[in-house]
Amino acid sequence: MSGRAVRAPAWRRGADVAARTVAAIGLGYLLAALAAAALARWLPVPRLEATMTGSLISFAVFAAVAMWAFAAREAWRVWAYGCLVASGLAVLIWLSLLMEPRL
Amino acid sequence: MKGSFRQSMAWLHTWSGLVFGWVLFAMFMTGTASYFRPEITRWMEPETGRPASYAQAAQGAVAYLTKTAPDAKSWSITLPDERQATARLFWRPAPTPGEEAPRGRGRSENRAILDAATGQPVSPRDTRGGEFFYRVHFQMHYLPVLQGRWVAGLCAMFMLVAIASGVVTHKRIFKDFFTFRPRKAAQRSWLDAHNLTAVLALPFHLMITYTGLVTLMGLYMPWGVAANYKAPETYFEAMFPRAEEVERSGVAAPLADLPKVLATASAHWGGGRPWIVNVSNPGDASAVIEVTRHSGDQLAYSGGTLTFNGVTGQLMTASPQPGPAVLTNRVMYGLHMGRFADPILRWVYFLCSLAGCAMVATGLVLWTVKRRSQLPDPERPHFGFRLVERLNIGTIAGVPAGMAAMLWANRLLPVGMAGRAEWEVHAFFIAWGAMIAWACARPTRRAWVETLSASAFLVAALPLVSAATTSRNLVSHLMTSDWAMVAFDLTLLALGGALAFCALKAGAYRTAPKPRRRNRTEEAPA
Repeated sequence: MSGRAVRAPAWRRGADVAARTVAAIGLGYLLAALAAAALARWLPVPRLEATMTGSLISFAVFAAVAMWAFAAREAWRVWAYGCLVASGLAVLIWLSLLMEPRL
Repeated sequence: MKGSFRQSMAWLHTWSGLVFGWVLFAMFMTGTASYFRPEITRWMEPETGRPASYAQAAQGAVAYLTKTAPDAKSWSITLPDERQATARLFWRPAPTPGEEAPRGRGRSENRAILDAATGQPVSPRDTRGGEFFYRVHFQMHYLPVLQGRWVAGLCAMFMLVAIASGVVTHKRIFKDFFTFRPRKAAQRSWLDAHNLTAVLALPFHLMITYTGLVTLMGLYMPWGVAANYKAPETYFEAMFPRAEEVERSGVAAPLADLPKVLATASAHWGGGRPWIVNVSNPGDASAVIEVTRHSGDQLAYSGGTLTFNGVTGQLMTASPQPGPAVLTNRVMYGLHMGRFADPILRWVYFLCSLAGCAMVATGLVLWTVKRRSQLPDPERPHFGFRLVERLNIGTIAGVPAGMAAMLWANRLLPVGMAGRAEWEVHAFFIAWGAMIAWACARPTRRAWVETLSASAFLVAALPLVSAATTSRNLVSHLMTSDWAMVAFDLTLLALGGALAFCALKAGAYRTAPKPRRRNRTEEAPA
């Protein structure tokens, strides 16, 4: 984007970058955390192993979301789809907690 | 974002790299040094002797502890390996009647450092040694420890993002592997240098960043644990099973022969090295000896613990084999720490890690070089540009200068000085800050040349400073064939030489000439 002529006024570009940055960090962390928890609950291996697998993978999730936040055509899409996936993961975690409590 | 996927990734790479670049540079530099943490500690504790076998050190440790703390609740002995010259001991005194728990382990009166060979106590000068570079690498300084670790984590996370977006940005990744055009236009050369240092060691950079995050995963990403365990303690018990603490029986019994126990442990591990020895209730019939394997014996950082009867010396239990995911975690940890590496591989680690420093540094410089020609008036850049430029100079020359200043302080501060270790650390930050101030006060080119020269001098003069202030010097190390310390001095000279070379190059550098007509063979810059 640098060096390219962008038509939008400066404040809109600023708001766009801010929305993406917050999505990259905030949403990225939220999705990584939820993915770690969902994998820890749902992987069909012993609890300790599932916990560890979910946690190990979570950083890759964060990096992918952060890149997507800046690659998506519009910032609101990131927020919309991101929140959708987050709620899906939250429901999955909640269901598994209903079925089997924590140790 | 507007534009193609690659363009948005190039933008992300540029800006995340800039924002986190300075802290990342310091993290890379101190992390690089940490591959030689035991050697740095040895250098900074000239009062200590030479490495010796762990069996010899164990004998000395038991003799010392039996004399000093026969009734302790427990002893802990960290045995030296072939890179360390001392055994480090601490003990928990037996709780006096009416006292709830035995007094804490942190007390200095419950600690001792023994010479590995003689078993005699040594009192090296007050210093953090190589431990400082190791700690500051992931938890900063002057910040509460947890906050510092979050700062490091955020930087590492964006390092990961910068690497991934950098790879995407880079469509000619294979071709650039063989491309270095030092005499082309400035921007092209800096780009080549950045690509070269990044691509050459790319697997290393990716590995070190990801595994770095994994080392502090419990702090950064506790949600998997929280999803499965009500209390974190339950998780830790599953992760690190520990034997129950046993009360003293009151029946005296001599402790089993520790060197023999260690030999049994080593045989059990197929020749592995014992590292940490815990003895509970020494001198009592209920004594238990726990032997933990050296973390550098295998790729996996944790080699397991064996429990022995403390009187008969019989092997009682071994820690269970970890499952595949836990083992993966330990291997990632081990890959980051690099303790398993033999000397040659350790140097490969060191060089790849230096390439990482160069990658960050050239990336930071590239940011300014690329923008200078696009400025409305390159002679009078705006504030943001000048700030980036000064911080680049002050940090790239300042961090090595700071690290050297700490070693200078180690040799020059009076041995008995109060707060000595902390002042060595202050010297690191004072020198770094001074370099930034210097960079702000001088014109760009002069600032590069002068700060890099100062940094080169501080690093390269260290062998001389050491020779002038202690009995340690290159000749004495050669005479006693102490190759680790010989290599230490030579490495300082080489690093100082490299910085001096950079200073020379910066002096001969001419700001980008007006872009000439494009050569047909040249491709558009990435």
